[in-house]
Amino acid sequence: MPALTLPASDQAVAALKVGDTVYVSGVMFTARDAAHKYMVENFCKGNPPPASELGLYELLKRELNGGALYHCGPVVRQVDGRWQFVSAGPTTSAREEVYEDLVIAHFNVKLIIGKGGMGPRTLKACQDHTAVYLHAIGGAGSLIAESVEEVIDVYKKDEFGAPEAFWKIRVKDFPAVVTMDSHGNSLHAVVEQQSKAKLAELLA
Amino acid sequence: MMPTPDLTQAFLELIRRAATDLPPDVEQALRDAREKEAAGSAAQSALDTILQNVAIARQRSTPICQDTGTPIAYFHYPAGWSTLKLKAQFEAALKEATKKAYLRPNAVDPVTGKNTGDNVGSGTPVLHFEEWEKDYLEVDLMLKGGGCENVSTQYSLPNAELKAGRDLEGVRRVALDAVYKAQGKGCAPGFLGISVGGDRGVSYFVAKEQLFRKLDETSANPEVAAVEQRITAEANQLGIGPMGFGGQTTVLATQIGIPHRHPASFFVTVAYMCWAHRRRSLTWRAGEYHID
Repeated sequence: MPALTLPASDQAVAALKVGDTVYVSGVMFTARDAAHKYMVENFCKGNPPPASELGLYELLKRELNGGALYHCGPVVRQVDGRWQFVSAGPTTSAREEVYEDLVIAHFNVKLIIGKGGMGPRTLKACQDHTAVYLHAIGGAGSLIAESVEEVIDVYKKDEFGAPEAFWKIRVKDFPAVVTMDSHGNSLHAVVEQQSKAKLAELLA
Repeated sequence: MMPTPDLTQAFLELIRRAATDLPPDVEQALRDAREKEAAGSAAQSALDTILQNVAIARQRSTPICQDTGTPIAYFHYPAGWSTLKLKAQFEAALKEATKKAYLRPNAVDPVTGKNTGDNVGSGTPVLHFEEWEKDYLEVDLMLKGGGCENVSTQYSLPNAELKAGRDLEGVRRVALDAVYKAQGKGCAPGFLGISVGGDRGVSYFVAKEQLFRKLDETSANPEVAAVEQRITAEANQLGIGPMGFGGQTTVLATQIGIPHRHPASFFVTVAYMCWAHRRRSLTWRAGEYHID
């Protein structure tokens, strides 16, 4: 079973190719629309982070270095004061296309995990900073939740709501497929091109 | 005239079933799709994962997908019942289902970004009420995820770019365009509910309503039924495949409704539903309920 442990080295990431199945283990953060907007507006535009956000900034800076962001808004429950992930598949990544290259560059994130693929800006950032996009199986919420061993903490839950919060989780053998690698290859670009040609044929 | 009974618990069970237990016809369509994909392909592996997930969700009573969607329900009720009461009971059931983690809180204020936390808000859940002459209640519930809703779309025909005129050939052309544009983003393999006609609002309403039909229920109009079949077959030739990984199965069924249109308008609406096609139906008769 091809395993990848977080934090990931450039060498390990560069070895991944489009089409590879990988099983990720280690600590990662969920982040979707509100979290991405927050990171870019507060931290990635070159201004000093606002004093109120400094604590979270330093934590993210430390933890995301070599780490992973997971596009996911989980279903959670609290049992005896501890959070659990009940269902936790990926959300559509395309919405983060306007932010992700800045986040990869600023925080040195190595794995972006989501579904549906991302565009040319993210693909270039993956090349420039040796990162990859991993595709998890959309809708497989209950199955993926089984690979979440521990919910370590949560940030911005009250402000953003549970789906949009930063959830810090420890995963074991989280299953995903490499669909954009650090060498400029994107399965999404290939499928889009092929289906475009076929569509033209069908509409001729 | 019968007073409206308290159905909160029945509604809670309807919501739980919809969120955690995929209908048999949908699961069978996914099994059939798996057989069509090449052995060892990423497409087949995705479908294997999907089928495994469906089994786990059912067994553990946990949501199939973490995006438990927007609840869309159609109520048909006997004469004299209070829709106000049914609405209040359904909303109470939604709140309870959210507490029990059958549902993710999905009602967000568009200006402040604040989540109500209980799936009840302005304009959501989406409830339609219609009185009928029968003596029992029927509630059809769908949980429609945001990813597939985002790739749903509406065309106003004629459409010059797609050379789509105001006929069924035009419908075929825009439907294939919608599937191409969606790629894997609507969680393919998906289901298409299409409306041809209506005003813009009715067209969306009718398109989603088609998604409640059993998968083997083709249009009563033979010409329309032929187009339904053709769209499914040709969409699968696009090669987008499960999750957009490439493959043989992109669309599992197409179902078309044909509401009357204004002479000046010709709207075609494509409601895309993800593979996790969560729809369940409750009938309540003489104190007993049954969920299909």
